[in-house]
Amino acid sequence: MIAIPFQSRRKFLKNIGYISVGFSLLGACIGAEDPTIASRITYDGKLPGSIGRAKTVNAWIEILEDGNIRVLSGKVELGQGIRTAIQQVAAEELDMDLDKIQVHLAETGLTPNEGYTGASASIQNSAMSVRYAAAKARQELLLLASKKLNTPINDLLLFNGIVKSKLGNKSLTFAEILEGEQIDREVSIPVPIKNKAEHRYVGKSVPRTDIGEMVRGQAGYIQNLRFPGMVHARVVRPPGYESKLLTLDENGLMAEVPGVIKTVVKGSFVGVITEREHQAIKAEQYLKNHSEWTTSVPFPEKENLFTHIKEIANNPETVRNEGNVEAAIKGVETIKAKYTKPYIKHASLGPACGLAMFDGEVLHIWSHSQGIYPLREALATMLYMEAEKIHITAVPGAGCFGHSTADDAATDAALLALEYPNTHIRVQWSRHDEHSWDPYGPAMIVELEASLDENNKINSWKAEVWTDSHSTRPNKDAGTVLAARYLETPFTMKSRGYLGGGHRNADPYYKIPNMKLNAHYYEGPFRVSSLRSLGSFTNIFAVESLMDSLAEKAGQNPLDFRLRHLEDGRAIAVIHKVKELTASQNIAVDQGVGYAFMRYKNTDAYIAMAAKVAVDKVTGNIELIKMWAAVDVGEVINMDGITNQIEGGMIQAASWTLKEQVTFNTNEITGTDYLKYPILRFSEIPLVEVAIINRPNEAAYGVGEVSMPPTAAAIANAIYKACGKRVFDLPITPEKISDS
Amino acid sequence: MATFQLDINNTKLKVEVTEGTSLLWVLREHLGLTGTKYSCGIGQCGSCMVHIDNGPMRACLLQVENFAEGQKIKTIEGLSKNGDHPVQKAWIEAQAPQCGYCQSGQIMQAVALLDANPNPTTEEIKTHMNGILCRCGTYLRIIKAVELAAASQSKIEN
Repeated sequence: MIAIPFQSRRKFLKNIGYISVGFSLLGACIGAEDPTIASRITYDGKLPGSIGRAKTVNAWIEILEDGNIRVLSGKVELGQGIRTAIQQVAAEELDMDLDKIQVHLAETGLTPNEGYTGASASIQNSAMSVRYAAAKARQELLLLASKKLNTPINDLLLFNGIVKSKLGNKSLTFAEILEGEQIDREVSIPVPIKNKAEHRYVGKSVPRTDIGEMVRGQAGYIQNLRFPGMVHARVVRPPGYESKLLTLDENGLMAEVPGVIKTVVKGSFVGVITEREHQAIKAEQYLKNHSEWTTSVPFPEKENLFTHIKEIANNPETVRNEGNVEAAIKGVETIKAKYTKPYIKHASLGPACGLAMFDGEVLHIWSHSQGIYPLREALATMLYMEAEKIHITAVPGAGCFGHSTADDAATDAALLALEYPNTHIRVQWSRHDEHSWDPYGPAMIVELEASLDENNKINSWKAEVWTDSHSTRPNKDAGTVLAARYLETPFTMKSRGYLGGGHRNADPYYKIPNMKLNAHYYEGPFRVSSLRSLGSFTNIFAVESLMDSLAEKAGQNPLDFRLRHLEDGRAIAVIHKVKELTASQNIAVDQGVGYAFMRYKNTDAYIAMAAKVAVDKVTGNIELIKMWAAVDVGEVINMDGITNQIEGGMIQAASWTLKEQVTFNTNEITGTDYLKYPILRFSEIPLVEVAIINRPNEAAYGVGEVSMPPTAAAIANAIYKACGKRVFDLPITPEKISDS
Repeated sequence: MATFQLDINNTKLKVEVTEGTSLLWVLREHLGLTGTKYSCGIGQCGSCMVHIDNGPMRACLLQVENFAEGQKIKTIEGLSKNGDHPVQKAWIEAQAPQCGYCQSGQIMQAVALLDANPNPTTEEIKTHMNGILCRCGTYLRIIKAVELAAASQSKIEN
């Protein structure tokens, strides 16, 4: 599966200063030079959480007979490039060529259970687990080879799948060392890892190995998966969340639509299986037109959404309380502001798809789920089956940016496969269903109040956050998967999922003596779940908008004002970097440059961002000219991979900021396609410049979500600089600037 | 059901489908040409872009019976034998995709642009590519890839 054309691979290897010698030539070819073996250092720090769930080397690393290595990861590839990052760390520790490392991504019963792929945690967990497992494997291979070759370890070289004596007279392949066994030693500390200064892959811009097949149209997305004899199916979704099926008249279906195999009705779950995909679409439409449903509970008026949210919210919970905010605010001039964000869709370009086949004993499922083990738990509950009888293989899908509909399509396929055994059933969701039934990123309200002391430093900070759940991902609570809610005996979701994501980053990373954060949880009218960066997007929009207002009140430059409230050198460094990036900008009268800063989750990556806009004061028209980001994710695994994630994230977040909101009336969701729910296009994109500060000796943080939160604030601050209008309610549209 | 003869990627292929079936389903399902993607199905996103007689068209909107009279249909699979079309090579060099789902459509649209205008300006690229959506936000890398492809093509001609 090597997709890098030979020439560009050679060029890349040359660029990083290492040309590998094919190992089959070594040993046989006298005079071939051995590579320089990098030194090792002892790692005795913390091991990643995933190692706790899969403790042995062979849970992560398998030595194959053909000289290749198979790495097992419980994560899935969604365009974030995790496969390449994992290849890099494994190749590094085992001193292998990259193309000798195969990566097998999530499959139940085979790969480690790493929960969900999300929260920018795949590098911290999966890639770091692979690093230590590979390092342990190397140590073990050397130990075993030393015994077999009767040669001290110090006189051995390990590279590219062989261990040989430095004298060159003795060598063994990995497979010969293990004689058909795998390494079942526990991955434990201390473990010797490669000295990072001598890395040849990690920290470099290693080209992704999967792009060649993408540009040839051969990439293996779930939507392209085909099996012999496979049939197609679609599900007739109810007209509303709470609608129940009253009548279904399928008498004329067979006459009207050729190729219908079976209609499956289970309570208010209606599916139809056909020979061909086009027939499934026709059959779904027929059944939709020949069914009656109860009316669902009405949605609130869109204009009243935020009032409604406050009405239904629980009493606040205090999440953080330091110093005495109430006392500190008294008698001092404060700034108060309210910021709001609508529901936002994932709007993945690839509508959900799921395949299933029940062989009479085991239910096999193929899904682009981000958590196949948790999905298995949900399905086991829903189907009253043992989890071991459900086998799920993760297959890449289109980028989905959080918990979207992949699990739901897999659930549809599972239900239908049980009704039509021994045949592969493929369920493809429509764009309309994808946009309508997606669990959206929830609407939020953030109210902030902050005060300055006599030295113009922030003395107190109070944050009130109204938020719904930010993760209703599958787990043993079967109500987390959509179809379970419509069965004869429906499952309602018992838990509220992950509420904590809602107040993420509402307490700023700045040094403030008195700080209080209250969270008001509500259970709103729409299905919601995790959307890239969870509550941080709204919270940082609010926090960093207020920081500019406070800086203005203090009569200070916004960046200097932020720097006065930061003590962490890495935070200070990204701000200095973004200042440097934007130093030479000429700013016309109708233009402005705005800034924002964040440390993601207050514990992970650092980012400082800038945006430059031009605003037409009369029409309110906004031109987003350029964005800059200075990022510190600690140790860089793949430089270009990080850059691509940051660039794309800024553009997607700019789309959220300037264009996106779920529209609805009291009866239905109306934004059901890309015209009614527009996203940023070529004609609207800004230029983007990214600077990455690599800190090889710091922990590696994920980057997928990092660029989202500061984007909205940087744009809002730039608009304020350009025209003096501050927008508190997302999205920032021309009407809000020309009217306000 | 009816039988149609289609000229796809310079090969004549017979398919037996119902009239009115969209070319997209014929390509993806009947012919296994899954490089052309389904995304919106209503002509809004460009993921299913193919060439009909060298012009870019959205396969989801095309009914098969209207394209069975010798029109030359080209899909991403027919762009080159070994994935070495200058635009494909440029895409790899620019490391343009993230998830890659929209990229077949992007590439087909870009090839049509460069066929008609071998040296487009950045603004011309943006205008021509405007109808093809990408949710990962790889637009800038796509522009870079088109520029790289234009540069490499003009080198070949020289």
